[in-house]
Amino acid sequence: MIDALDRAIIQATQAGLPLVADPYAAVAEQVGSTPQEVMARMQRMVETGVIRRIGAVPNHYKLGFRGNGMSVWDVPDDKIGHYGRLIGALDFVSHAYHRPRHLPHWPYNLFAMVHGRDRDEVMEKVEKIAELLGDDDRGHEVLFSTRILKKSGFRLGGGQ
Amino acid sequence: MDDIDRTIINHLQGGFPICERPFREAAAALGLEEDELIRRIDRLLQEGYLSRFGPMYHAEKLGGGLSLCAMAVPEERFDQVAERVNAFPEVAHNYARDHELNMWFVLATETPERIDQVLEEIETATGHKVYNMPKKEEFYVGLRFEL
Repeated sequence: MIDALDRAIIQATQAGLPLVADPYAAVAEQVGSTPQEVMARMQRMVETGVIRRIGAVPNHYKLGFRGNGMSVWDVPDDKIGHYGRLIGALDFVSHAYHRPRHLPHWPYNLFAMVHGRDRDEVMEKVEKIAELLGDDDRGHEVLFSTRILKKSGFRLGGGQ
Repeated sequence: MDDIDRTIINHLQGGFPICERPFREAAAALGLEEDELIRRIDRLLQEGYLSRFGPMYHAEKLGGGLSLCAMAVPEERFDQVAERVNAFPEVAHNYARDHELNMWFVLATETPERIDQVLEEIETATGHKVYNMPKKEEFYVGLRFEL
């Protein structure tokens, strides 16, 4: 469970850590707590998975990975855990999810974001996934984004 | 961007310490001085090579709702519909994609119950069906870029 102090810490840090020698002390001052308390709270959030990790978020587009395709697959339901884990562990896949189908229009239940330097490289990587699936690939597509319409990210609101 | 910047990007995508003087500790592991590391991260952020430096929070573990949604929007109404969808603060990301389902957005809400509510509001505001595709299971989230 997160309390008011945790929420204050989240709001103070979700856009980034202060780039100072003592960032947790700076956060403590901002939220009206002590550095030790802030560090303990954040450590606990790491342990419970509320914080996935702390570090640099690369902008893959700026770094030359211009091909980002959302590959979607129709795989047998009883094997989705197995394939999800296998595909999710590939180094060119950033996220993989089991999501619901919407038949008849949308028969896909496994989504994997595939990254590469360009579209061709993404398509090569998608072929590798198809090879892994073999006959259990009952159909797949790759949806490339053509425009970013909005990118503000998840932000915990104020006063909550 | 030089080799040192690349080293920073390759090694600091996670595991940044929670302690006093964390940049000094992280810098030492990379053979750098504390202030140089801070300066370089600052510059990488300014120049856009990094989107962010800090904790990555897990939306659902914060008690919130998160879902991926898609719509099929006719080309002639696309920009108009995009504007209406983007006007919802709960829409965190919105992308146009190459498919009949051509508008894909992520809904991030304070509570899981709000997802369905906001989804209905978007359907009403746009006149189009929203396909809700919440994750039933997540397999690995953590792209590690190697430069």
